[in-house]
Amino acid sequence: MITSQEVFVPLILTLKVAGWATLLATIAGVLIAYALARLRFPGKEVLDAMMTLPMVMPPTVLGYYLLVLVGRRGLIGEWLYDNLGITLIFTWQGAVIAAAVVAFPLVYKAARAAFEGVERQYEQAARVLGKFEFEVFLRVTLPLAWRGILAGAMLAFARAMGEFGATLMVAGSLPGRTQTLSIAVYEAVQAGKDDVANFLVIVTSIVCISILLASGRLLRPSYAA
Amino acid sequence: MRIEVDIHKTLRSNGRDFTLDVKFACNDDLGMVFGPSGAGKSLTLRAIAGLEKPDYGRIVVGDNVLFDSMAGIDVRANERTVGYLFQDYALFPHLSVEENIAFGVMRWWERKLSADAARRVAELLDLFELRGLNKAYPTQLSGGQSQRVALARALIRRPDLLLLDEPFAALDPLLRGRMRAELVAIRSMFKVPMLAITHDPEDVSALAETVIVLNHGRVEKVVDVKTAPYRDGEGRIVEGSIRELLTGTDKAGPPSLPRKTIRAVK
Repeated sequence: MITSQEVFVPLILTLKVAGWATLLATIAGVLIAYALARLRFPGKEVLDAMMTLPMVMPPTVLGYYLLVLVGRRGLIGEWLYDNLGITLIFTWQGAVIAAAVVAFPLVYKAARAAFEGVERQYEQAARVLGKFEFEVFLRVTLPLAWRGILAGAMLAFARAMGEFGATLMVAGSLPGRTQTLSIAVYEAVQAGKDDVANFLVIVTSIVCISILLASGRLLRPSYAA
Repeated sequence: MRIEVDIHKTLRSNGRDFTLDVKFACNDDLGMVFGPSGAGKSLTLRAIAGLEKPDYGRIVVGDNVLFDSMAGIDVRANERTVGYLFQDYALFPHLSVEENIAFGVMRWWERKLSADAARRVAELLDLFELRGLNKAYPTQLSGGQSQRVALARALIRRPDLLLLDEPFAALDPLLRGRMRAELVAIRSMFKVPMLAITHDPEDVSALAETVIVLNHGRVEKVVDVKTAPYRDGEGRIVEGSIRELLTGTDKAGPPSLPRKTIRAVK
């Protein structure tokens, strides 16, 4: 028998973790992408490569880096614990950080391409019409790049939902607290609970396919430029 | 209104240098910068609008010094009260006709237009015969309609000067004549001084009061075409005189062809 504890708890947790991770990754991705799409400075392409690194690195390696950074004795983790009493390791917030880092390149890449696709002339027209840079960004650049960014965010969400390696390293597999869907599948298979594994796999597949279909639709432009 | 431009800028692309070294003053309310493509017309216009920063020089529009490298003045594009008509209009594709026109008078936090702004938008929609198109999007508009939206969008801020980048180049020849007439009407209605660039002598004949001839990044001549020998006693343009001036076949200065000659040629 499949219990709700075995299915819904990890599902809800996964949606929560992926949601927060996507939000963080999107905010950071949009700001950094805009800066890299519009500014010119030395070492820009090196920075771009570094921003893309989480996409190609093994998630366990990323997880290890994160442990070094945000672990209790880590560079940031120690400061967080000493000053704010916050521990990220083995918490769902830790899982959010891990998923956000892994998903970040997807939204960053999409946002950069979207910003670079916005014709400069529209921004210039806005400037000549009396708008300062922040208004130009908010009323012209962002609306014109919006669909690309949203498509990237949806891919990031799908990626965050499926996150396994880095999450396991940083947050572990505590049932009900940090055990997300993909980790629950692994645990179910290990424990020989094939019915639970089957159900979780189907749920995950349906959610991921829906997201890919939706983001594919968004990538088709509604107005030809 | 007086426009003074004295700017220098060197552009480097693909190992080739282009030097803009332009100096002219225009006292008339309809100046036209004429020259072949690559003469530096657009660069000059963009510098006046603040979209391009000269290496050094000075730009004065009316009483406002917009750029003066010696005095360290460089007014930002969004603080220069000049209108700019882009060659392909650059209407915002994500905004309707109405929203495009209102763009310059709407602050970023506003979701709705103020009553005053809404009235001005409605006035402009009427004036430019765009009433039924207020909810249309730029991709649904014809070339002439797009140009009228772009003009309305530029004029709603009541600019001190309207800059026009090849205003008729994107229109088909049949429409050009009509739009030239429309521009004359707009000019008298809004009392807005204009500076336009063109490579079409017809535009100069139809509209210009002063023509600034640009070539290879330099000013070749600045000619007042309001009076003889370019106009007859009634202020009508002397046929062929402008074309003569612009093609530069005449080596002895401004052409002083008697009208008889022109008739004979015809």
